[in-house]
Amino acid sequence: MTLSSAEPTVQAQASTQGGERLQLLRVLGPGHVWALGVGIVLVGEYMGWNFAVGKGGMIAGLVACWLAGLLYTCVAMIDSEVTSTVAAAGGQYAQAKHIVGPLMAFNVGLFLVMAYTMLEAANAITIGFLLDTVAGLQGHSGLHQPPFIVLTVVFLAWLNYRGVLATLTFNLVITAIAFLAIILLFVSVQLGASHVPLDFSAISTDPLPYGWLGILAALHFGLWYYLGIEGTCQAAEEVRSPARSLPYGTMAGIMTLLIAATLTWYVCSGLIPWEYLGQAGTPLFDAARVTGSTPLMVLLFIGTIFSTLASANGCINDASRAWFSMGRDRYLPSWFGAVHPKYRTPYRSIVFLVPIALIFALGAPLDQVVTFSILSGLLGYTFMTFNMVMFRRKWPLGTIKRGYVHPFHPFPAILLLLICAATYFAVFLGYGSQLIAMMCFYILASLWFHFWRYRFVRRGDQFTMPWPRPQGC
Amino acid sequence: MDVWNILEYCAWALAVLFGGHMLIDLARVDSTYDNDLLTSSREGEIELTQELHKL
Repeated sequence: MTLSSAEPTVQAQASTQGGERLQLLRVLGPGHVWALGVGIVLVGEYMGWNFAVGKGGMIAGLVACWLAGLLYTCVAMIDSEVTSTVAAAGGQYAQAKHIVGPLMAFNVGLFLVMAYTMLEAANAITIGFLLDTVAGLQGHSGLHQPPFIVLTVVFLAWLNYRGVLATLTFNLVITAIAFLAIILLFVSVQLGASHVPLDFSAISTDPLPYGWLGILAALHFGLWYYLGIEGTCQAAEEVRSPARSLPYGTMAGIMTLLIAATLTWYVCSGLIPWEYLGQAGTPLFDAARVTGSTPLMVLLFIGTIFSTLASANGCINDASRAWFSMGRDRYLPSWFGAVHPKYRTPYRSIVFLVPIALIFALGAPLDQVVTFSILSGLLGYTFMTFNMVMFRRKWPLGTIKRGYVHPFHPFPAILLLLICAATYFAVFLGYGSQLIAMMCFYILASLWFHFWRYRFVRRGDQFTMPWPRPQGC
Repeated sequence: MDVWNILEYCAWALAVLFGGHMLIDLARVDSTYDNDLLTSSREGEIELTQELHKL
């Protein structure tokens, strides 16, 4: 059965061949791109980053915050330049396909899907934990968390299924509230709203309790401040003006996060002793509790819940776009490359990833899930370094139109590679077996793709950008 | 049974509702439209489709 002309909701767009095609909707602006990037990340300010303080003390926590900030500023600059030219769903996957090659693209696509699906699962676990905490405070011990975890994943998937504009407008609102909550906490403490004064004496009395190795160990958790900002690229095919909106949204996002991360470290380190801060489950909420102000406690609890929901919501958006793009190029079964005729979303990919997220959310421990997400993200950042160098070599400035040109090339790429190497070492110190297990998984997947799946790919169809022939080829 | 027990049942019910809605709609769309149309999206038609959609 074909599309009915009487169906008012279906407006398939004309293709170059004159037939009808369903495309994703181009309805997003720079604010939605900001909401997607910051929304995925901001939960890292509300929880997780503080383990860096536990690994190396207050100074190590700050060094990790700024070193990771440098890493992600490089990521944002590199991504802004490349994605403003390769404006396609799939983000870094589409970049790898055009600049490096199919096997790299397949791996990058998997990195993206695994990183975002694991992060989504971790966020759902966190929602269950937060509600359990609230129930405990009200005298209900042993809350059954699975229904709330399942509802979080299924509701957000449903929202994504129904359309990208509503999904990312929802993210824009809740992310802005979560960010403002951090600003308000900082301003309130500065104005003397806290019953406990800020105390940074540990910086002089106990500057590096575990020595310089503590700084290196802290770097692993410093990533939590910014992990996921590169997700803005996944909106490339749904923004009205990719060359303008993607660099604006991404750069505004990393600036927002640098501010939020520094304020978070400052307020939490000043209010909570570092020995406790290094183990806290919800450091910003705990800092609000220390102030003794009930309005701040309520605000920061709402901020914690909203940031967690925004992160899970953005992760569903990004993982489904990456999966959809691979299906569309037949790197995976083409069934996944379908667009909903009414909502214009990759609906099959969204539904398919729901049970996968639930399996991890209900069956795996939080630290393992997060570590798998971080490692997949780290592999993606490593890819960006040589991808950027290859991009500038094959298509030097002036040969193709760029929406943004990042400064000081190749230093950001080199710096990114160096920080990635240091972070691999830091991860290996704490999670060596997971790192090896994950590498084995990607090697096996690569073998499957190379020896079996690639035969189904329409090789001529996958290079879609109207670029000149690359130099040196 | 306190309010949290009731909320647990409500969460299950809502999850079934949202999940069921998605699955029913997926089945309806897949049985109504031709698969070639549903998978007709192509990368790289940015200039052709930009700003042309109507809600």
